Amino acid sequence: MRIAGKGLIDRDTQVSFRFNGTSYVGHRGDTLASALLANGLRVVGRSFKYHRPRGVLTAGSEEPNALVEIMEEGQQTPNTRATVQEIFDGLEARSQNHLGSLRWDLWSLNDLAAPFLSAGFYYKTFMWPRAFWEKLYEPAIRRAAGLGNLSPNADTAPYEKAWASCDLLVIGSGPTGLMAALTSARAGADVILAEEDFRMGGALLSADQVIDGQPALVWVEAALAELDSLPNVRLMTRTTVTGAYDSGVFGALERVGLHRAPDAHLPRECFWRITARRAILASGAMERPIAFPLNDRPGIMMASAVQSYLNRFGVATGRRVTLYANNDAARVTARQLMAAGVRVAAILDSRPDASAVEDCPVYLGAEVLETHGRHGLRAIQGRHTGGEFRLDTDCLAMSGGWNPTLHLTCHMNGRPKWSADLAAFVPSDGAVPGLVAAGAANGSFSTHGALSTGHAAAVQAMADLGLTAPDLALPTAEDAPYRLTPLWSVKGKHRAWLDFANDVTTKDITQAAQEGYTSVEHMKRYTTQGMAPDQGKNSNVAALALLADATGRGIPETGTTTFRPPFTPISIAALGAGGRGKTFAPQRFMTSDQASRDRGAPMIEAGLWYRPSYFPKHGETHWRDSCNREVSYVRNAVGVADVSTLGKIDIQGRDAARFLDLVYTNTFSTLPLNRVRYGLMLREDGLVLDDGTTARLGENHYLMTTTTAAAGLVMRHLDFVHQTHAADWDLRFISVTETWAQFAIAGPKARALLNSVLDQPLGDFPFMAVGPVTVGGVKARLFRISFSGEQGYEIAVPTRYGEALFRDLVARAETMGGGPYGMEALNVLRLEKGFITHAEIHGRTGAFDIGMDKMVSAKKDCIGKRMAMREGLNGPEREQLVGLRCKTEFGSGAHLFTQGTRVHRETGQGYVTSMCYSPTLGEWIGLAFVKNGRARHGEDLRLVDHMRNTDCLVTVCNPVFFDPEGGKLRA
Amino acid sequence: MPELIAKTALDGQGALTLIGTTLAPVDLGIITSIAPFAGQVKAIDTALKPLGLSFPPPNTTAASGAARLVWTGPDQALLIGADAPDLGTAAATTDQSGGWSALRLSGARVADVMARLCPLDFRPSAFAPGQAARAQLGHMNAVFWAEKDALMILTFRSMAQTAWDECAHALTALAARAGA
Amino acid sequence: MRLTCPLCGPRDRREFYYYGAEDYLHRPAPDAPIEAWDDHLHLRTNLAGVIKDLWYHEGGCASWLLVTRNTITHEVLSVERVADRKGASA
Repeated sequence: MRIAGKGLIDRDTQVSFRFNGTSYVGHRGDTLASALLANGLRVVGRSFKYHRPRGVLTAGSEEPNALVEIMEEGQQTPNTRATVQEIFDGLEARSQNHLGSLRWDLWSLNDLAAPFLSAGFYYKTFMWPRAFWEKLYEPAIRRAAGLGNLSPNADTAPYEKAWASCDLLVIGSGPTGLMAALTSARAGADVILAEEDFRMGGALLSADQVIDGQPALVWVEAALAELDSLPNVRLMTRTTVTGAYDSGVFGALERVGLHRAPDAHLPRECFWRITARRAILASGAMERPIAFPLNDRPGIMMASAVQSYLNRFGVATGRRVTLYANNDAARVTARQLMAAGVRVAAILDSRPDASAVEDCPVYLGAEVLETHGRHGLRAIQGRHTGGEFRLDTDCLAMSGGWNPTLHLTCHMNGRPKWSADLAAFVPSDGAVPGLVAAGAANGSFSTHGALSTGHAAAVQAMADLGLTAPDLALPTAEDAPYRLTPLWSVKGKHRAWLDFANDVTTKDITQAAQEGYTSVEHMKRYTTQGMAPDQGKNSNVAALALLADATGRGIPETGTTTFRPPFTPISIAALGAGGRGKTFAPQRFMTSDQASRDRGAPMIEAGLWYRPSYFPKHGETHWRDSCNREVSYVRNAVGVADVSTLGKIDIQGRDAARFLDLVYTNTFSTLPLNRVRYGLMLREDGLVLDDGTTARLGENHYLMTTTTAAAGLVMRHLDFVHQTHAADWDLRFISVTETWAQFAIAGPKARALLNSVLDQPLGDFPFMAVGPVTVGGVKARLFRISFSGEQGYEIAVPTRYGEALFRDLVARAETMGGGPYGMEALNVLRLEKGFITHAEIHGRTGAFDIGMDKMVSAKKDCIGKRMAMREGLNGPEREQLVGLRCKTEFGSGAHLFTQGTRVHRETGQGYVTSMCYSPTLGEWIGLAFVKNGRARHGEDLRLVDHMRNTDCLVTVCNPVFFDPEGGKLRA
Repeated sequence: MPELIAKTALDGQGALTLIGTTLAPVDLGIITSIAPFAGQVKAIDTALKPLGLSFPPPNTTAASGAARLVWTGPDQALLIGADAPDLGTAAATTDQSGGWSALRLSGARVADVMARLCPLDFRPSAFAPGQAARAQLGHMNAVFWAEKDALMILTFRSMAQTAWDECAHALTALAARAGA
Repeated sequence: MRLTCPLCGPRDRREFYYYGAEDYLHRPAPDAPIEAWDDHLHLRTNLAGVIKDLWYHEGGCASWLLVTRNTITHEVLSVERVADRKGASA
């Protein structure tokens, strides 16, 4: 219930939201947890394994109990912390992890079966019969255990990723972080202050404190106003720094739109990668629970959370509150409750020698042994130095001391060190290069300690950066000593919870130790302690203290498990922002793209490029109809295709020829001027890298063509060979792929079509010639090359004229009985001619395999030559390129077997790499690799394709089906 | 004879202005790559003198009148907006006109838009006018240079639409933050 | 992770393509025994500690880089352009 006059919520602004279908009202500035508590709701979820009713435990992102599903427009986001989720008008949340209603969860029968469900229960209980595992045990356990449910729908909401750089990243905006940010901002550093909460101020928002003689909030607001006014400071709220990585890079998740109604363009979350030269971890500390019997009832909360709900949200978490603590600091909560008019039933201090000055019953040497109230705490029983007690109470605020929030210091394998004084782990120095922890995150728990260490850390960081922090008077603040006596658990006849999120009790830890899981890493995995969404934030230290106790070791010897990124869970959508749908990869469009689409061509992806598959005509019912027609254009008239996607690399310099001789197996220094030569490129290990044609445009000027698929790969390879082996050669090269739009013109009427567009009719222009031409006054390059076996040319114009030339060529071709052809026809044409692509040079084939070993020049060295010659790459045992023909359809990927042998991996003779229906030959043809294949032309092999259910005979033949003498090429 | 009409990759694309920031396609006209051979920078500087330019040091650009030189890699620069002088055998040159598509991002939120697209820090304090960089826009190799209150982004022509879409998307999402 | 390209300055790891060990710089003579080629291409010491390996500034200036780094601490000790090494043009 609300308390008048308390809290930082905006009482003038009401916010209405729904929880489990019921409407409630809260205020701006409320979290879902504070609003539910204000409305008197105590049970907000069911526990993971035993399905026990659970209430809000904390007021921060470490919350293990109050995990809810957020519903919006067909989406549901599970495991959202109600303590972090801000309410907004229209917010719809529901509790999770129950069958039936939250109050009467049918799965809560598990609680009665608890004796069978302890650590490792599924390893032991469900041993047999084995068949039951898959059908019964696992589905049932999976359904009953686990947390919220995911939406079955794909998440289509926008997410974002972003980068930021700064001199200093300050993580956390409590007194430590604010002081560090102020100090460094005044020094002129470029500062990012990142705060997980939606409001800056950290613990000062929740603690009713005094700084410099005024309410702490006055100082907070003044500091924030100054920081906000400085151009060198960036304030980031709702931003959790989730990980520390190499080279000063930090990951951070910003909740951009989760506190608002969805918007089509507003990202839900933004994942930041922040590069910081220095960082200060000012993440504060987390209060730790006490594992006393039945400590999981709704109404049992952290003392700091009770304080936070009181001071920040103006909510009393109970009518009769009891405080149970082992330290002095927690007493403040009881005093503030009383000051606000909330009745405090008693203070239970576990220390026999603690003070008792408060105006309420104070029991020393106290232990809570039992609690009552299934759907909310009603009473507790225990004993103290003076005897036993029973108290009616509806809220128990517990404090087992504090753990520095040091998680980020462990992200690069740093191990925290045990401080006996604090009974807590503290960060190790230098655990993350460039990052220091300060304030409570480093074990300085008083506000004065926070301010002074935040200041000192910033001064040091500024010095590291070569900046001078101006003198700055340290504000005065409380500096109470931190006094506690460790209290990890209280023994009793009932279960005592350590890990609320995963339902791990103290008994599970001792049982694990008894069963031999004495290593902290083994204990974690056996009991699942620390493996829930809170990653053990509430339970790790107590669990290993118990393990230490159970194994007779000290805590430092027992050690800790490692905190790994992320600090809090990150949605996959945020990590993958910018990688969904068409933003997954850039799209590359040819200049003819629109012209092809105008003709109804379906576009297919070729690497990043989009190329026309075929150009359908009215009356054609199957893509193969179109493809056959386009093939006949080229074989009988003239076809036009955009081949601009092939890589083009301009190579110049006195050593250009020498360089080409090094990267190609064959020789280019002997290539005459204005001529083109086919070249084969190997990797250094002797396998084929790529092939293509290279033209000699001048004495020291070549133009290399690569395949579409390998264009980037070849560029990288050329850069490598150049920079590692030929750095001082007279050589320069650059990609000109994007500068030229290039069109293949092929067929018996190709020359006639060309002559109709060239400004000067083509003179003698033999096969493999290259030369400059002009088209409509535009300078162009003409190549006499063919990928179809027909008389073929490729004409290249500057890309800005590409679309115009393509449309013009296609229109002219159509008047000559031809037209455009797409990738399907291009593939048929090249297969008929036996030309290879990366379907054949797929990374496992050498020059010998594709019948090009003669192209590896004996007269010179080249990349890959030595290894291409090695044993095992050049004999009958190799699978060699052959052609296949068949009267019926078969598919690439099919495997080949000698007739009469068993169809088995070990008896395989080879496989099909490419296939098509050849309209020219009237049968199905393909390329394949077959063991000793060149000696097996004419043999019939059995083709088996289990994917397509094909089993037929194919005839091995020469891979060049069409015009093997090449007469048409040269015509 | 065909009459070839020139067309840029983002032909017809108008500017997009949101939250005081404008994204607009730019036609850079003629572009020539200049790659000096070893020991030839001096000769190239002499040849560039009439343009008021000299070969740029790494990560820089300079403009003089309509002409601009921008560093694009070791021993490589692009000359933009002017015919290349005859460099003889001092440098390898290629025509790159039309091979690049340019976007100009100008106004108040340039650095914030770019923070969504590239890990480089494009705030004026880190990337001042006259600076140039080879880096990536999303997954696309790009050339960047800073002008006063503006950033120029060059990507391959074939990827012009993706470049536009990604920049426009980043700007739109930023505007949604401002508007919400 | 970030690498400082000698030409472009400090850059995000995503701009770089990882290739492999420094060994690739030491190409055996064409007539070297096959064992030398096998070593060159395939045999690596796989040290835990300071190693040198090759990266390509694919998303930047296209320089091949020799990176000296510590695989235990992840510290990057130096980055140099392969083309600028002394005796690079062996």
